[in-house]
Amino acid sequence: MGNKWLKGWPPLAVIALLAAAWEAAVRLFAVEPYILPSPSAIVREAMQPNVWPRLEMHTLATVWRTLAGLALGVLAGIVLAAVIHLVPGARRAAPPLLVLSQSVPYIVLVPLMLIWLGFGDGPKIVLIMLVCFFPVTVAMLTGLRECDPALRGYLAMIGADRWTMFMRLELPNAVPYLFSGFRVAAAYSVTTTVAAEWFGGGSGLGYYIKLSYSGFETARVFAGTIIIVAFSLLMFGLAGLAERLVVRWKPKAERRDGHAAGA
Amino acid sequence: MPPALEARDVVKSYGDKPVLDGVSLTVGDGEFVSLVGPSGSGKSTLFRVIGGLEPAERGEIVIDGQRANGRRGLIAYMPQQASLLPWRTVAGNIELALGIAGVPRGEARKLAREGLGRVGLGEYADAWPHMLSGGMQQRVSFIRALLSPRKLMCLDEPFGALDALTRQHMQEWLMSIWEEHRRAVLLVTHSIEEALLLSDRVVVLSARPARVLREFAVPFGRPRGAKLWKSPEFAELRDAIYELLKPAGAGGSRG
Repeated sequence: MGNKWLKGWPPLAVIALLAAAWEAAVRLFAVEPYILPSPSAIVREAMQPNVWPRLEMHTLATVWRTLAGLALGVLAGIVLAAVIHLVPGARRAAPPLLVLSQSVPYIVLVPLMLIWLGFGDGPKIVLIMLVCFFPVTVAMLTGLRECDPALRGYLAMIGADRWTMFMRLELPNAVPYLFSGFRVAAAYSVTTTVAAEWFGGGSGLGYYIKLSYSGFETARVFAGTIIIVAFSLLMFGLAGLAERLVVRWKPKAERRDGHAAGA
Repeated sequence: MPPALEARDVVKSYGDKPVLDGVSLTVGDGEFVSLVGPSGSGKSTLFRVIGGLEPAERGEIVIDGQRANGRRGLIAYMPQQASLLPWRTVAGNIELALGIAGVPRGEARKLAREGLGRVGLGEYADAWPHMLSGGMQQRVSFIRALLSPRKLMCLDEPFGALDALTRQHMQEWLMSIWEEHRRAVLLVTHSIEEALLLSDRVVVLSARPARVLREFAVPFGRPRGAKLWKSPEFAELRDAIYELLKPAGAGGSRG
């Protein structure tokens, strides 16, 4: 345990150092607060009785949208990978379509989604799904395919059918890959949610930042941004934790970097 | 009782390269038969045909009295690499193999625990495979094949990846377990000594395309001990087989 805490310190120390330098620079050069507020000014502003409750409310809206979109996107990604893997010929047919789905810039999709699905949560969640499924599908397809040939040969010799092969060999083999896709998706999901909120609707940190920006409330823009970054880091950390809890069978040395090298 | 395995005149080629050129062999019920031959002589191909993974062009595979050409799941199998699924515990791996062979789940669980306990591996039942040494993994792999409710066990160079000392221990260990259970075994090996030590009969294959050159009955009684190595009959048999397998010998190096 002690080691883990020690490993956490250097990044935190760097952040503290940067914040201190920022604070000092703003005070030293008397920078106008609407251009760059100091960290202490940002915290003071966030704690205002007319600011904090709204920050809380918008954070909650962003969090639930992100989680819903991420969960649905990951689920869709898993199912899609399984279908592509199991349907004969789909492995060759699917990649161009997958790449196509990702080469449309999602900034372009936002207005289309708003036109088709309105201003509610629906279009935002669909957008998050679209962004999140891809890394999961790609990583999982690799994991489903790259099984140890010795294991495959053994199971074939003792008479395992296609379904047993999928459930007992390919799917478990894909789980560590799935988690590396999941971590990427978790990081994408937060930024996508914020961008979607910026474009439409009346809640969420993206909306709040846009509003604060229009009113030159720079400290509030920063307050919202800091919450978004913290949330992203938290999501990334939770994804890593989930992996450690689920993939317990790996030797420790192999598990550390999280990537599923062929074992 | 029909023999556990009868291969009759099996022919197989890849493209225009003949691999098996009319191989016939029998493994009786409860008999331990070894297959030796030069590397690349098609032993693995013969196993794939017996296992039903590859069709034979001609000839017949009969397992326990049933025609088995192209039918999978009729044999218990122990490959060269232990092939334990890393995400299943030792007992879980055995349970899976039994499940694929049609043993109900509850019974598979019981059999796996009992089987591991009987050979002194009980304490490893809940361990992950990567925590075991190579030799230990092979023991689990053997027990997994032994517990499968199949008449014929096919062992494909099971000790080929182990160091010499571990290999010798494993041979003695396997022999003692086998002598208790007397299952029909077809063992593929490179080692003439290993074949003689373990088997009732040794079948010698030619270089590719494989034919059966000769069969040797191994006359030593059981239980066998390690001192067998030193007996003059052992040396005599070993030399006779070695002579057959000499590469320059009978112009065996075609293609």
